[in-house]
Amino acid sequence: MYDRVVSNWTIFRIALEERLVYRADFAMGTLMRFLPIITQIFLWQAIFLSQARDQLAGYRYKDFVAYYLLTMIARAFSSMPGLASGIVEQVRNGEIKKFLIQPIDLLSFLLLGRIAHKCTYYAIAILPFGLVFFLCRDYFMDGFPDGLTFCAFLCSLIMGFMIGFFLEAAIGMIGFWLLEVSSLLFIYMLFNFFLSGHMFPLDMLKDVQLWGDWSCFDLVKLLPLQYLAYFPAAVFLKKVEGLELITGLCIEAGWLVFFIIFARCTFRMGVRRYSGFGG
Amino acid sequence: MSIIEIENLTKAYRVYRKKEGLAASVRGLFRRNYHDVMAVQGIDLNVEQGEFVAFLGPNGAGKTTTLKLLSGVINPTAGTARVMGHVPWKRENAYRRRFALVMGQKNQLWWDLPALESFRLHEQIYRIPPDQFRKGLDELVDLLELDGLLEQPVRELSLGERMKMELTAALLHSPEVLFLDEPTIGLDVIAQHNIQQFLKFYQEQRKITILLTSHYMKDVAALCRRLVIIAHGKIMYDGSLAGIIDRFSGHKVVTLQFAEDRMPDNLDTYGTVLETVAPKAQLRIPRNVVAQQLATMLAKYPVEDVSVEDPPLEEVIAEVFSQANRAAGAEMAEGPSCTTAS
Repeated sequence: MYDRVVSNWTIFRIALEERLVYRADFAMGTLMRFLPIITQIFLWQAIFLSQARDQLAGYRYKDFVAYYLLTMIARAFSSMPGLASGIVEQVRNGEIKKFLIQPIDLLSFLLLGRIAHKCTYYAIAILPFGLVFFLCRDYFMDGFPDGLTFCAFLCSLIMGFMIGFFLEAAIGMIGFWLLEVSSLLFIYMLFNFFLSGHMFPLDMLKDVQLWGDWSCFDLVKLLPLQYLAYFPAAVFLKKVEGLELITGLCIEAGWLVFFIIFARCTFRMGVRRYSGFGG
Repeated sequence: MSIIEIENLTKAYRVYRKKEGLAASVRGLFRRNYHDVMAVQGIDLNVEQGEFVAFLGPNGAGKTTTLKLLSGVINPTAGTARVMGHVPWKRENAYRRRFALVMGQKNQLWWDLPALESFRLHEQIYRIPPDQFRKGLDELVDLLELDGLLEQPVRELSLGERMKMELTAALLHSPEVLFLDEPTIGLDVIAQHNIQQFLKFYQEQRKITILLTSHYMKDVAALCRRLVIIAHGKIMYDGSLAGIIDRFSGHKVVTLQFAEDRMPDNLDTYGTVLETVAPKAQLRIPRNVVAQQLATMLAKYPVEDVSVEDPPLEEVIAEVFSQANRAAGAEMAEGPSCTTAS
């Protein structure tokens, strides 16, 4: 156990060092994350101005801004740029071999690398994040949540990170079957963008009826993608409370376990059919 | 008991076969033709502890596939293999801590960081005790002359230096079995020589078992006493370096230096003339008549100097490969059930 902790710490430390090698890329990547949200805020501002209404699907303009700021945090946790495509590339060029011959677990290794990646990001981004939240404090019209809700918010963020990781890792494992998955990744990103709540608050879909009493929102809630952005934001904004919050966190934990097992199984199956490409 | 035991090991790949042209590409969208490629076909091999074995064969012969099977990178289609009592493709950590694989064309170190960081990682994942790590690293740094390079990012090292780092990383945990897949590929003559010298010394000192694939005969001649020639997925020869010449080369190369620049003009009656630059001539003469032809020439002509040598190893190996190709061609002509290549 102690050996494993020391191993993991070494992997984490080295990944952290590697992340800091390319300073310019790191700084740009950190700061550019704020750009998309600005465009979305302007978009909703324009929508509200053209509608001349105070509320849209229960959201005031300031609620939208607060929601987007929170999904920005959630996405900063759950997004895994380059993870799936990186695994596919490693399968294709043969670099994955080292994980098969060395006493090291690929998924743990990648997870530690990703944690290091996120830690470095937050260490730098906490200042601009803090500044933006301070400047936008008035947009949180119902105030900041109590301690318990905030803990639930943190839990949902951490589980969102893990779901994002194992989900994308499982997609990356498709590389053992298909050597080119860029189209598949594009489709996934598209679904992710809409169904995670990154584009708009998912509860806006409550009014879109599918059949019977079932709305579009009920359907989207069955998917795991909502935990990547919408759910943490909804927890913070107290749109999910009490029993619904506990149930939501339990389902999120269930999805997490499912994706851990799924990613491990696909890796195991993939390795079994691996042909050792790339020399 | 042998340290490596291989029995009837077979690996087949399913490969998409596409005909030339756009029409074939469009047809391929709807219906594809696959065929089985037999990369390794029922290999039997035993290697004893402390042996340094060379795996030779043309490109696509199945050498690297065999190493991938033995190191657990891929699963076999049929057959069994045990290395130090472990089934490689079970990928148990207990096995992975006892062997190493070095691939000349693959980098296993962290590209952007100094090699020392990768070594530190190996110290942890291979559970190397700190004092053993320090001692092993010092020894390897000394032997491979890596002093001053450990703190340099791997991407800034030369190919030769990088290969030395790869070897260091592979040997830090003192593996009992080492698989080397073309470790000197792309290196200049000096770097090749350095790596050869190191491997020779290290193997003699530690008595570890090494399986080496290489296209450089100098690697093989310098390092290995046992040679396994593999072609079209089958073992064509397994024996000593000297034995292969006896078995596959039916001739000797005789070099004669004639006195007073008197070159006979009927040398082709004694053998195949390879080269004539007065006063020297080089002939290839069948082994069974070398003594007789040489005696005749010595009696008839004034010869100042003579040497009788085996043909170069490269030539003999090339002959073995072409024999294997002819055999495979004949098999194909009889009606193949699958293709052999990789």
